[in-house]
Amino acid sequence: MRIMWLLARRDLGQAWRSAGLWLPVAFLLLVASLYPFAVGPDAPLLRRTGGGMLWIAALLASLLPVDRLVTPDRDSGVLDQIALRGIGEEMIVLARLIAHWLGFGPPLMIATLPAAALLKLDAETIILLEAGLLIGTPALAALGLLVATLTAGLRSSGALAGLLALPLAVPLLIFGAGTLSDGSGAAFKFLGAASLLLVAVTPFAGGAAIRAGRE
Amino acid sequence: MRNAALRLSDVACMRGGRMLFRHVTLDLQAGGSALLTGPNGVGKSSLLRICAGLLPAFAGRVDMRGGIALTDERLALDSERPLLKALGFWARLDGVDDGTLERALDAMALLPLAEVPVRMLSTGQRKRAMMARVIASDAAIWLLDEPGNGLDDASLDLLGAAISCHLAMGGITLAASHQPLPIADHARIDLRAYAAEAEDA
Repeated sequence: MRIMWLLARRDLGQAWRSAGLWLPVAFLLLVASLYPFAVGPDAPLLRRTGGGMLWIAALLASLLPVDRLVTPDRDSGVLDQIALRGIGEEMIVLARLIAHWLGFGPPLMIATLPAAALLKLDAETIILLEAGLLIGTPALAALGLLVATLTAGLRSSGALAGLLALPLAVPLLIFGAGTLSDGSGAAFKFLGAASLLLVAVTPFAGGAAIRAGRE
Repeated sequence: MRNAALRLSDVACMRGGRMLFRHVTLDLQAGGSALLTGPNGVGKSSLLRICAGLLPAFAGRVDMRGGIALTDERLALDSERPLLKALGFWARLDGVDDGTLERALDAMALLPLAEVPVRMLSTGQRKRAMMARVIASDAAIWLLDEPGNGLDDASLDLLGAAISCHLAMGGITLAASHQPLPIADHARIDLRAYAAEAEDA
Protein backbone atom coordinates (compact mmCIF):
# COMPACT_ATOMS: atom_id res chain seq x y z
CA MET A 1 0.00 0.00 0.00
CA ARG A 2 2.85 2.35 0.90
CA ILE A 3 4.52 1.48 -2.41
CA MET A 4 1.30 2.09 -4.31
CA TRP A 5 1.02 5.52 -2.71
CA LEU A 6 4.68 6.35 -3.52
CA LEU A 7 4.27 5.32 -7.15
CA ALA A 8 0.96 7.11 -7.62
CA ARG A 9 2.26 10.28 -5.98
CA ARG A 10 5.29 10.36 -8.25
CA ASP A 11 3.14 9.78 -11.35
CA LEU A 12 0.81 12.58 -10.37
CA GLY A 13 3.77 14.85 -9.67
CA GLN A 14 5.27 14.05 -13.06
CA ALA A 15 1.97 14.82 -14.79
CA TRP A 16 1.76 18.12 -12.93
CA ARG A 17 5.35 19.10 -13.77
CA SER A 18 4.98 18.23 -17.45
CA ALA A 19 1.84 20.44 -17.52
CA GLY A 20 0.01 17.50 -19.05
CA LEU A 21 -2.95 17.97 -16.73
CA TRP A 22 -4.14 21.09 -18.56
CA LEU A 23 -4.27 19.56 -22.00
CA PRO A 24 -7.58 17.59 -21.72
CA VAL A 25 -9.21 20.48 -19.84
CA ALA A 26 -8.16 23.03 -22.47
CA PHE A 27 -9.30 20.67 -25.22
CA LEU A 28 -12.77 20.22 -23.72
CA LEU A 29 -13.25 23.96 -23.25
CA LEU A 30 -12.02 24.65 -26.76
CA VAL A 31 -14.46 22.16 -28.30
CA ALA A 32 -17.31 23.57 -26.24
CA SER A 33 -16.54 27.11 -27.39
CA LEU A 34 -16.10 26.12 -31.05
CA TYR A 35 -19.27 24.03 -31.30
CA PRO A 36 -21.72 26.98 -31.17
CA PHE A 37 -19.73 28.63 -33.97
CA ALA A 38 -20.18 25.54 -36.11
CA VAL A 39 -23.91 24.85 -35.55
CA GLY A 40 -25.05 28.40 -34.84
CA PRO A 41 -26.21 30.06 -31.61
CA ASP A 42 -29.58 28.30 -31.60
CA ALA A 43 -30.14 27.59 -27.88
CA PRO A 44 -32.64 24.66 -28.19
CA LEU A 45 -30.36 22.91 -30.71
CA LEU A 46 -27.31 23.42 -28.51
CA ARG A 47 -29.21 22.18 -25.49
CA ARG A 48 -30.35 19.04 -27.32
CA THR A 49 -26.95 18.10 -28.81
CA GLY A 50 -24.48 19.73 -26.39
CA GLY A 51 -24.36 16.86 -23.86
CA GLY A 52 -23.44 14.29 -26.50
CA MET A 53 -20.89 16.70 -27.93
CA LEU A 54 -19.23 16.97 -24.52
CA TRP A 55 -19.05 13.18 -24.28
CA ILE A 56 -17.22 13.08 -27.62
CA ALA A 57 -14.90 15.83 -26.41
CA ALA A 58 -14.19 13.93 -23.16
CA LEU A 59 -13.44 10.78 -25.12
CA LEU A 60 -11.03 12.54 -27.47
CA ALA A 61 -9.48 14.44 -24.58
CA SER A 62 -8.62 11.12 -22.95
CA LEU A 63 -6.37 10.30 -25.92
CA LEU A 64 -4.27 13.45 -25.55
CA PRO A 65 -2.07 12.35 -22.62
CA VAL A 66 -1.51 8.82 -23.99
CA ASP A 67 2.02 9.41 -25.26
CA ARG A 68 3.33 10.65 -21.92
CA LEU A 69 1.75 7.94 -19.76
CA VAL A 70 4.19 5.08 -20.27
CA THR A 71 6.74 5.74 -23.01
CA PRO A 72 8.94 8.30 -21.20
CA ASP A 73 9.33 6.08 -18.12
CA ARG A 74 9.92 3.03 -20.25
CA ASP A 75 12.65 4.77 -22.26
CA SER A 76 14.37 6.28 -19.25
CA GLY A 77 14.49 2.93 -17.45
CA VAL A 78 12.16 3.90 -14.60
CA LEU A 79 9.88 0.91 -15.21
CA ASP A 80 12.85 -1.47 -15.13
CA GLN A 81 14.21 0.07 -11.95
CA ILE A 82 10.81 -0.32 -10.25
CA ALA A 83 10.54 -3.94 -11.41
CA LEU A 84 14.04 -4.64 -10.04
CA ARG A 85 12.72 -3.86 -6.59
CA GLY A 86 10.35 -6.80 -6.82
CA ILE A 87 7.28 -4.65 -7.56
CA GLY A 88 4.96 -6.32 -10.06
CA GLU A 89 4.07 -4.61 -13.32
CA GLU A 90 0.38 -4.92 -12.39
CA MET A 91 1.04 -2.79 -9.33
CA ILE A 92 2.89 -0.21 -11.46
CA VAL A 93 -0.04 0.03 -13.87
CA LEU A 94 -2.63 0.14 -11.10
CA ALA A 95 -0.80 2.97 -9.32
CA ARG A 96 -0.49 4.75 -12.64
CA LEU A 97 -4.20 4.27 -13.31
CA ILE A 98 -5.10 5.86 -9.99
CA ALA A 99 -2.74 8.77 -10.59
CA HIS A 100 -3.92 9.21 -14.16
CA TRP A 101 -7.59 9.25 -13.18
CA LEU A 102 -6.94 11.74 -10.37
CA GLY A 103 -5.21 14.03 -12.84
CA PHE A 104 -7.77 13.50 -15.59
CA GLY A 105 -11.25 12.77 -14.21
CA PRO A 106 -11.89 15.51 -11.63
CA PRO A 107 -10.35 18.34 -13.74
CA LEU A 108 -12.46 17.23 -16.71
CA MET A 109 -15.60 17.18 -14.57
CA ILE A 110 -14.86 20.69 -13.32
CA ALA A 111 -14.18 21.91 -16.85
CA THR A 112 -17.53 20.46 -17.89
CA LEU A 113 -19.34 23.14 -15.85
CA PRO A 114 -18.19 26.16 -17.91
CA ALA A 115 -18.41 24.03 -21.05
CA ALA A 116 -22.06 23.22 -20.22
CA ALA A 117 -22.73 26.92 -19.73
CA LEU A 118 -21.29 27.66 -23.18
CA LEU A 119 -23.66 25.05 -24.65
CA LYS A 120 -26.66 26.39 -22.68
CA LEU A 121 -27.34 23.02 -21.04
CA ASP A 122 -30.03 22.95 -18.35
CA ALA A 123 -29.37 21.93 -14.75
CA GLU A 124 -30.84 18.46 -15.10
CA THR A 125 -28.61 17.63 -18.07
CA ILE A 126 -25.56 18.96 -16.26
CA ILE A 127 -26.23 16.69 -13.27
CA LEU A 128 -26.68 13.67 -15.56
CA LEU A 129 -23.53 14.63 -17.45
CA GLU A 130 -21.44 14.96 -14.30
CA ALA A 131 -22.75 11.66 -12.87
CA GLY A 132 -22.01 9.94 -16.17
CA LEU A 133 -18.51 11.40 -16.26
CA LEU A 134 -17.89 10.29 -12.67
CA ILE A 135 -18.63 6.71 -13.75
CA GLY A 136 -17.14 7.00 -17.23
CA THR A 137 -13.84 8.85 -16.67
CA PRO A 138 -12.20 5.92 -14.82
CA ALA A 139 -12.95 3.84 -17.92
CA LEU A 140 -11.56 6.53 -20.23
CA ALA A 141 -8.44 6.80 -18.05
CA ALA A 142 -8.03 3.01 -18.01
CA LEU A 143 -8.47 2.79 -21.77
CA GLY A 144 -5.90 5.51 -22.39
CA LEU A 145 -3.43 3.83 -20.07
CA LEU A 146 -4.03 0.39 -21.56
CA VAL A 147 -3.42 1.70 -25.07
CA ALA A 148 -0.33 3.58 -23.82
CA THR A 149 1.19 0.36 -22.44
CA LEU A 150 0.39 -1.52 -25.63
CA THR A 151 1.93 1.08 -27.95
CA ALA A 152 4.89 2.07 -25.74
CA GLY A 153 8.11 1.90 -27.71
CA LEU A 154 6.44 1.81 -31.11
CA ARG A 155 7.01 4.51 -33.68
CA SER A 156 4.12 6.94 -34.26
CA SER A 157 2.49 5.43 -31.21
CA GLY A 158 0.18 8.44 -30.85
CA ALA A 159 -1.70 7.77 -34.07
CA LEU A 160 -1.80 4.05 -33.37
CA ALA A 161 -3.15 4.71 -29.88
CA GLY A 162 -6.09 6.58 -31.37
CA LEU A 163 -6.87 3.77 -33.78
CA LEU A 164 -6.72 1.21 -30.97
CA ALA A 165 -8.67 3.15 -28.39
CA LEU A 166 -11.57 4.58 -30.39
CA PRO A 167 -13.31 1.28 -31.27
CA LEU A 168 -12.98 0.15 -27.65
CA ALA A 169 -14.43 3.45 -26.50
CA VAL A 170 -17.63 3.08 -28.55
CA PRO A 171 -19.59 1.35 -25.73
CA LEU A 172 -18.56 4.10 -23.33
CA LEU A 173 -19.78 6.73 -25.76
CA ILE A 174 -23.10 4.97 -26.43
CA PHE A 175 -23.91 4.36 -22.77
CA GLY A 176 -22.40 7.65 -21.60
CA ALA A 177 -24.35 9.79 -24.04
CA GLY A 178 -27.30 7.45 -23.50
CA THR A 179 -27.52 8.43 -19.83
CA LEU A 180 -28.55 11.95 -20.92
CA SER A 181 -31.80 10.88 -22.58
CA ASP A 182 -32.57 7.60 -20.87
CA GLY A 183 -34.96 7.85 -17.94
CA SER A 184 -34.78 4.23 -16.79
CA GLY A 185 -31.18 4.27 -15.52
CA ALA A 186 -30.22 1.28 -17.65
CA ALA A 187 -27.59 3.31 -19.50
CA PHE A 188 -25.94 4.19 -16.18
CA LYS A 189 -25.75 0.50 -15.29
CA PHE A 190 -24.23 -0.43 -18.63
CA LEU A 191 -21.78 2.47 -18.36
CA GLY A 192 -20.83 1.27 -14.88
CA ALA A 193 -20.35 -2.29 -16.15
CA ALA A 194 -18.14 -1.15 -19.04
CA SER A 195 -16.18 1.04 -16.65
CA LEU A 196 -15.64 -1.75 -14.12
CA LEU A 197 -14.51 -4.12 -16.84
CA LEU A 198 -11.93 -1.71 -18.25
CA VAL A 199 -10.62 -0.72 -14.83
CA ALA A 200 -10.30 -4.38 -13.80
CA VAL A 201 -8.62 -5.54 -17.01
CA THR A 202 -6.15 -2.69 -17.43
CA PRO A 203 -3.64 -3.54 -14.65
CA PHE A 204 -3.27 -7.12 -15.87
CA ALA A 205 -3.27 -6.44 -19.59
CA GLY A 206 -1.03 -3.39 -19.14
CA GLY A 207 1.37 -5.29 -16.88
CA ALA A 208 1.63 -8.09 -19.43
CA ALA A 209 2.25 -5.53 -22.18
CA ILE A 210 5.09 -3.90 -20.24
CA ARG A 211 6.69 -7.30 -19.59
CA ALA A 212 6.36 -8.31 -23.23
CA GLY A 213 7.86 -4.98 -24.29
CA ARG A 214 11.14 -5.74 -22.51
CA GLU A 215 12.33 -8.25 -25.08
CA MET B 1 24.12 -8.88 3.38
CA ARG B 2 26.36 -11.53 4.91
CA ASN B 3 24.80 -14.50 3.15
CA ALA B 4 24.37 -12.91 -0.27
CA ALA B 5 24.97 -15.17 -3.24
CA LEU B 6 24.65 -15.02 -7.01
CA ARG B 7 24.88 -18.25 -8.94
CA LEU B 8 24.52 -18.73 -12.69
CA SER B 9 24.43 -22.28 -13.96
CA ASP B 10 24.69 -23.00 -17.67
CA VAL B 11 22.95 -19.78 -18.66
CA ALA B 12 22.29 -19.13 -22.34
CA CYS B 13 20.88 -16.01 -23.95
CA MET B 14 18.92 -15.74 -27.17
CA ARG B 15 18.20 -12.27 -28.57
CA GLY B 16 16.35 -11.66 -31.80
CA GLY B 17 16.70 -15.28 -32.91
CA ARG B 18 20.47 -15.24 -32.37
CA MET B 19 22.24 -17.17 -29.65
CA LEU B 20 24.54 -14.66 -27.94
CA PHE B 21 26.25 -16.91 -25.41
CA ARG B 22 25.68 -20.20 -23.65
CA HIS B 23 27.05 -22.33 -20.82
CA VAL B 24 27.89 -19.29 -18.69
CA THR B 25 28.51 -20.51 -15.17
CA LEU B 26 29.41 -18.26 -12.29
CA ASP B 27 29.33 -18.57 -8.53
CA LEU B 28 29.75 -15.44 -6.43
CA GLN B 29 29.52 -15.60 -2.64
CA ALA B 30 29.47 -12.73 -0.16
CA GLY B 31 32.35 -10.36 -0.87
CA GLY B 32 32.87 -11.77 -4.37
CA SER B 33 33.15 -9.71 -7.52
CA ALA B 34 33.45 -10.46 -11.21
CA LEU B 35 34.21 -8.35 -14.26
CA LEU B 36 32.53 -9.15 -17.57
CA THR B 37 34.60 -8.26 -20.61
CA GLY B 38 34.26 -8.77 -24.32
CA PRO B 39 33.63 -6.74 -27.49
CA ASN B 40 30.41 -4.79 -28.19
CA GLY B 41 27.37 -6.94 -28.80
CA VAL B 42 28.76 -10.03 -27.11
CA GLY B 43 25.92 -9.88 -24.57
CA LYS B 44 27.38 -8.25 -21.47
CA SER B 45 24.35 -6.05 -20.85
CA SER B 46 22.01 -8.93 -21.64
CA LEU B 47 23.74 -11.10 -19.06
CA LEU B 48 23.33 -8.36 -16.45
CA ARG B 49 19.65 -8.00 -17.36
CA ILE B 50 19.20 -11.76 -17.05
CA CYS B 51 20.75 -11.61 -13.58
CA ALA B 52 18.40 -8.74 -12.72
CA GLY B 53 15.41 -10.80 -13.83
CA LEU B 54 14.48 -8.31 -16.56
CA LEU B 55 15.22 -10.79 -19.35
CA PRO B 56 14.40 -14.48 -19.24
CA ALA B 57 17.37 -16.81 -19.64
CA PHE B 58 17.00 -18.97 -22.75
CA ALA B 59 18.43 -21.89 -20.80
CA GLY B 60 20.02 -22.45 -17.43
CA ARG B 61 19.29 -21.16 -13.95
CA VAL B 62 19.93 -17.96 -12.04
CA ASP B 63 19.83 -18.27 -8.26
CA MET B 64 20.40 -15.40 -5.93
CA ARG B 65 20.09 -14.36 -2.33
CA GLY B 66 19.81 -10.68 -1.56
CA GLY B 67 18.39 -7.57 -3.16
CA ILE B 68 19.50 -6.31 -6.54
CA ALA B 69 20.65 -2.91 -7.73
CA LEU B 70 21.37 -2.23 -11.38
CA THR B 71 22.89 0.64 -13.30
CA ASP B 72 22.66 0.66 -17.05
CA GLU B 73 22.89 3.34 -19.71
CA ARG B 74 19.51 4.79 -18.71
CA LEU B 75 19.31 7.35 -15.96
CA ALA B 76 15.79 6.63 -14.63
CA LEU B 77 15.68 9.94 -12.74
CA ASP B 78 13.02 12.60 -13.23
CA SER B 79 14.87 15.19 -15.28
CA GLU B 80 12.99 18.26 -14.03
CA ARG B 81 13.50 17.57 -10.34
CA PRO B 82 16.53 18.42 -8.19
CA LEU B 83 18.96 15.53 -7.83
CA LEU B 84 18.24 14.95 -4.14
CA LYS B 85 14.47 14.81 -4.71
CA ALA B 86 14.81 12.54 -7.76
CA LEU B 87 17.01 10.12 -5.82
CA GLY B 88 14.76 10.51 -2.80
CA PHE B 89 11.91 8.81 -4.66
CA TRP B 90 14.02 5.68 -5.10
CA ALA B 91 15.30 5.87 -1.52
CA ARG B 92 11.72 5.90 -0.23
CA LEU B 93 10.81 3.03 -2.54
CA ASP B 94 13.78 1.10 -1.13
CA GLY B 95 12.70 2.04 2.37
CA VAL B 96 16.02 3.66 3.35
CA ASP B 97 16.23 6.87 5.35
CA ASP B 98 17.54 10.27 4.27
CA GLY B 99 20.82 9.77 6.10
CA THR B 100 21.66 6.73 3.97
CA LEU B 101 20.89 8.68 0.83
CA GLU B 102 23.06 11.59 1.90
CA ARG B 103 25.95 9.28 2.71
CA ALA B 104 25.56 7.75 -0.76
CA LEU B 105 25.59 11.20 -2.37
CA ASP B 106 28.66 12.06 -0.34
CA ALA B 107 30.39 8.84 -1.42
CA MET B 108 29.99 9.95 -5.04
CA ALA B 109 30.88 13.60 -4.22
CA LEU B 110 27.42 14.76 -5.31
CA LEU B 111 26.35 16.69 -2.21
CA PRO B 112 27.18 20.10 -3.80
CA LEU B 113 24.87 19.16 -6.69
CA ALA B 114 21.93 18.02 -4.53
CA GLU B 115 19.73 20.97 -5.53
CA VAL B 116 20.67 21.00 -9.22
CA PRO B 117 17.96 19.72 -11.62
CA VAL B 118 18.87 16.34 -13.07
CA ARG B 119 18.72 17.60 -16.66
CA MET B 120 21.60 20.02 -15.97
CA LEU B 121 24.02 17.25 -14.94
CA SER B 122 26.93 16.24 -17.17
CA THR B 123 27.52 12.70 -18.41
CA GLY B 124 29.91 11.84 -15.62
CA GLN B 125 27.69 13.39 -12.99
CA ARG B 126 24.73 11.36 -14.26
CA LYS B 127 26.81 8.20 -14.01
CA ARG B 128 27.70 9.12 -10.45
CA ALA B 129 24.05 9.84 -9.64
CA MET B 130 23.14 6.32 -10.82
CA MET B 131 25.92 4.92 -8.62
CA ALA B 132 24.58 6.93 -5.69
CA ARG B 133 21.18 5.26 -6.18
CA VAL B 134 22.89 1.85 -6.17
CA ILE B 135 24.85 2.68 -3.01
CA ALA B 136 21.78 4.05 -1.24
CA SER B 137 19.62 1.08 -2.22
CA ASP B 138 21.14 -1.16 0.44
CA ALA B 139 20.98 -4.06 -2.04
CA ALA B 140 23.44 -6.90 -1.63
CA ILE B 141 24.00 -7.62 -5.32
CA TRP B 142 25.27 -4.79 -7.51
CA LEU B 143 24.97 -5.23 -11.26
CA LEU B 144 26.96 -2.46 -12.91
CA ASP B 145 26.90 -1.89 -16.67
CA GLU B 146 29.89 0.20 -17.71
CA PRO B 147 30.06 2.01 -14.37
CA GLY B 148 33.30 3.77 -15.32
CA ASN B 149 32.10 5.29 -18.59
CA GLY B 150 32.54 9.04 -18.69
CA LEU B 151 34.10 9.24 -15.23
CA ASP B 152 37.25 11.27 -14.59
CA ASP B 153 40.15 9.86 -12.54
CA ALA B 154 38.90 11.26 -9.24
CA SER B 155 35.41 9.82 -9.82
CA LEU B 156 36.89 6.46 -10.81
CA ASP B 157 38.66 6.38 -7.45
CA LEU B 158 35.35 7.14 -5.71
CA LEU B 159 33.73 4.31 -7.67
CA GLY B 160 36.54 1.94 -6.68
CA ALA B 161 36.24 2.96 -3.04
CA ALA B 162 32.46 2.47 -3.07
CA ILE B 163 32.79 -1.00 -4.60
CA SER B 164 35.54 -2.02 -2.17
CA CYS B 165 33.43 -0.85 0.76
CA HIS B 166 30.44 -2.81 -0.58
CA LEU B 167 32.52 -5.97 -0.99
CA ALA B 168 34.04 -5.57 2.47
CA MET B 169 30.52 -5.47 3.91
CA GLY B 170 29.74 -8.79 2.25
CA GLY B 171 28.12 -7.54 -0.94
CA ILE B 172 28.49 -8.91 -4.43
CA THR B 173 29.46 -6.97 -7.55
CA LEU B 174 29.08 -8.08 -11.13
CA ALA B 175 30.32 -5.39 -13.52
CA ALA B 176 30.57 -5.18 -17.28
CA SER B 177 33.29 -2.83 -18.44
CA HIS B 178 35.72 -2.12 -21.25
CA GLN B 179 38.11 -0.22 -19.08
CA PRO B 180 39.88 -1.72 -16.08
CA LEU B 181 37.99 -0.94 -12.88
CA PRO B 182 39.79 -0.17 -9.65
CA ILE B 183 38.61 -3.30 -7.83
CA ALA B 184 41.03 -5.64 -6.10
CA ASP B 185 41.14 -9.35 -7.04
CA HIS B 186 37.98 -9.88 -9.04
CA ALA B 187 37.14 -12.86 -11.21
CA ARG B 188 37.35 -11.99 -14.91
CA ILE B 189 34.90 -13.46 -17.38
CA ASP B 190 35.53 -12.97 -21.08
CA LEU B 191 32.14 -13.55 -22.71
CA ARG B 192 33.83 -14.23 -26.06
CA ALA B 193 34.74 -17.66 -24.72
CA TYR B 194 31.03 -18.43 -24.34
CA ALA B 195 29.88 -17.02 -27.68
CA ALA B 196 27.80 -19.54 -29.60
CA GLU B 197 29.53 -18.92 -32.95
CA ALA B 198 32.99 -19.47 -31.50
CA GLU B 199 32.05 -22.97 -30.42
CA ASP B 200 30.46 -23.89 -33.71
CA ALA B 201 33.52 -22.82 -35.70
